[in-house]
Amino acid sequence: MEEILKIDKIEKYYGNKSNLTKAIDNISFSVNKGEFVAIMGASGSGKTTLLNCISTIDKVTSGHIYVAGDDITKLKGNELNKFRREELGFIFQDFNLLDTLTGYENIALALSIQNVPVKLMDKKIEDIASRLNIKHVLKKYPYQMSGGEKQRVASARAIITNPKLVLADEPTGALDSKSSRMLLESFNYLNTELKTTILMVTHDAFSASYASRVIFIKDGKIFNELVKADKSRKEFFDEIIDVVTILGGDLNDAL
Amino acid sequence: MMLFKLSLKNIKKSFKDYAIYFFTLILGVAIFYVFNAIGSQTVLLNVTSSTREIIDLMVNMLSGVSVFVSFILGFLIIYASRFLMKRRNKEFGIYLTLGMSKTNISKIMLFETLFIGIISLVIGLIIGVGASQFMSVLVANSFEADLTQFTFVFSSSAMIKTIIYFGIMYLLVMIFNVINVGRCKLIDLIYASKKNEEVKMKNPIICIIVFILAACILGYAYYLVTGGIDTLTGANDIFIPIILGCVSTFFIFWSLSGLILKIVMSFKNIYYKGLNSFVLRQISSKVNTMVLSMTFICLMLFVTICVFSSSLSIKNSMTANLVELAPMDVELSKTRNISQEYVNETGYSEILREDSYRSIEESLKLVDFNVNDYFKDITTVYLYVYDDFAFEDTLGSAEEEIKAEYPIFTYHAPEEIMKLSDYNKVARLYGNKEYTLNSNEYMIVADFDSTIEMRNEALKTNPSITVFGVTLKPKYDECQDGFVRISNSHINTGIIVVPDEIVDEAYLEQEIMLANYQASSKEGKRAIEDSLLALDNHPNSGNITMNASTKISIYEASVGLGAMVTFIGLYLGIIFLISSAAILALKELSESADNKERYAMLRKIGTDESMINRALFKQIAIFFSVPLVLAIIHSIFGIEFCKYILMTFGNEEMTKSITMTAVFLIIIYGGYFLITYYCSKNIIKDR
Repeated sequence: MEEILKIDKIEKYYGNKSNLTKAIDNISFSVNKGEFVAIMGASGSGKTTLLNCISTIDKVTSGHIYVAGDDITKLKGNELNKFRREELGFIFQDFNLLDTLTGYENIALALSIQNVPVKLMDKKIEDIASRLNIKHVLKKYPYQMSGGEKQRVASARAIITNPKLVLADEPTGALDSKSSRMLLESFNYLNTELKTTILMVTHDAFSASYASRVIFIKDGKIFNELVKADKSRKEFFDEIIDVVTILGGDLNDAL
Repeated sequence: MMLFKLSLKNIKKSFKDYAIYFFTLILGVAIFYVFNAIGSQTVLLNVTSSTREIIDLMVNMLSGVSVFVSFILGFLIIYASRFLMKRRNKEFGIYLTLGMSKTNISKIMLFETLFIGIISLVIGLIIGVGASQFMSVLVANSFEADLTQFTFVFSSSAMIKTIIYFGIMYLLVMIFNVINVGRCKLIDLIYASKKNEEVKMKNPIICIIVFILAACILGYAYYLVTGGIDTLTGANDIFIPIILGCVSTFFIFWSLSGLILKIVMSFKNIYYKGLNSFVLRQISSKVNTMVLSMTFICLMLFVTICVFSSSLSIKNSMTANLVELAPMDVELSKTRNISQEYVNETGYSEILREDSYRSIEESLKLVDFNVNDYFKDITTVYLYVYDDFAFEDTLGSAEEEIKAEYPIFTYHAPEEIMKLSDYNKVARLYGNKEYTLNSNEYMIVADFDSTIEMRNEALKTNPSITVFGVTLKPKYDECQDGFVRISNSHINTGIIVVPDEIVDEAYLEQEIMLANYQASSKEGKRAIEDSLLALDNHPNSGNITMNASTKISIYEASVGLGAMVTFIGLYLGIIFLISSAAILALKELSESADNKERYAMLRKIGTDESMINRALFKQIAIFFSVPLVLAIIHSIFGIEFCKYILMTFGNEEMTKSITMTAVFLIIIYGGYFLITYYCSKNIIKDR
């Protein structure tokens, strides 16, 4: 299996010598091509910091992050932008769609900043829209869409450029349970049919149960790791709940 | 005390957002002071009494204009504080949830306005006092007064006036803010930032229709003030194109963004290139939400451009005309041979009727002024008026047509007739072309453009005229350039020049004496001028009547008038410019918080920094140029109209004044644009 993401002993400190907070304390793991990995942890466990470091929005204090073999902790300035533009796709909790643009234009923006010819855009967007079942909202503005529709448009924007890795930060955080389920089904579809590699941060056991592997983080360290393998989603969900229980009260809000 | 501290900290914190507002206030205060201080500065200037009169008139007009200016600035300040209030909704929401009363929030706002008011007043006045020292040099220069020694002038009256006017403005803003705070609801305040902005898209087809209609109306308004200017007969008719222009400007902005969006979107290669779609949507949503302000800004810019360029050109052309149009030092004129009938009709005094039978020279002897002692190159010429021979009688077969085309002209005004030899005498004196006429020919000499136009139309039809019982044919099929009276502008509406031999002396109307002073130095000429003016105080002065124009008085009047117009134009122009630029800048900056999120998102999906900066630059540049471009188009026609109105002042120097206007525009408007760009760039910067 090809290794898409390799995290090598990264640390991230905040504050100064007298008052040091270790947001990430020596974490290492790797993600293979075509995997759907969920990272779980309570608020303050360091999962969002981890995602920010991978997405190059934040810088690590020490250690290395390799994406498709390239060390991204060494990138600077516009190389970072280029990396984000070409190798990564983002899905955020609060959608982050531009409210002045229609659904179509929001998706097209990801292509146009890569200078993709207009001729190719139409077909690509049509294609991804029908796969994610958002064709009917392409002409609408974000304020005219439901939360689930917005998040699926955001997902379409994230994967339209064929990124090596899609990073999702609490994608179901602002959705009701029905929309969450639809979105996660879409993720599953992207993962199994389009072979998209997805790394999702969540504190919701239900969302995590859609992943093929779940990594638990507590106080900046890896606490546990579960692999779905051939288990049904229900069985996997129960296993996750067990770990959450061991983790203690910290993750109670996961239920 | 806590509220006091809070508001102080707020100002410090939001200084970046306030900066441009602050800057504008300071500029407003400084300009207000500078123009109101002109009165005190000119007191020290060593000028003649006629110039002094013009200066006093100017000072009065400037203080009148100041009232108007204070209205403009007042609106600007209220508008700006509304923007700034909106930005702070969340902050107020937090105060309210923490249990602070609305009264206390109002107090915070009061303190803030007070601070900003005091600080801007103090800094503005300091800058104003400094700048007004340069202004005094400019004033002295404009009125051509000698500024022998530089004195530091501080005008306490201007300062008090500035403080009072701005004090009232700030008071209004405070009241306005308190009302605003009282009206807001907690839920709206807290969720203000979470509210999804509704993008109200107008129907593109309606936009296109509205735009075309508005453009047609605007075109008609343009036509009215240029090609169709003669259809504007009554004084109130000028309001028709003005109202049409304002309304169509509004609707053009109303439909513009929808239209442009529609057009660019149909060029997919452009629309979906880089951040173009984002930039266009940003602009269109902004233009859509401020149609009314855009209209005002556009109209203010339009007025600025017209006022600037016309006022500068009035000054330029008046001074330029003088050399050519006032070649002699003095012109004395006198109505001659007033009939008894006329006296009966008008109640003219008998003494003056008697005087009208004396020549100018004889009349002057009565007041002990011997022309030969003071004047040289004396040339005397005569004008005749033949019965009811009037303008309409010179038009021949074109009469009906011309009357229909120019309905507001007074066609029954009697025409002045001159002997050819007299005209040639004057022409020789002035260095103008001399003419010859056959015994059955006449010609018309004029230099006032609009009557030349009418007369030429008539002369094309070869109209013969009958004067003194003789019928004459025109020698030329157009007016000849020339004038007799000295003046600062082209005002000779036409003199009929006829062969000497046909003139009947009984119809003598006016005697004109042209002369130079017997002095070579400026002081010598001034002394003769003064003794001429002193004749008014002679005991016999009541028994004679005559008019005098002198080169010196014409010169002073035109220099003074030119300077006055320039200063008023400058004052209004600068205030209009900074107001309109400040509104645009504030609108752009007040949305910086929303924009910050948008740009952060663009950054997250991997947009290059240079691309983002370019997009920001494009967006602000287009936003600033939209009202400017329309204003410039308006001005092309507006200036044409001004030229027509100001035709008497001459219109030779328009290019120079337009260049000056452009320089002003670029410095002030462009300056605001750059500041806005750098501030916005700073705000959206990734931290």
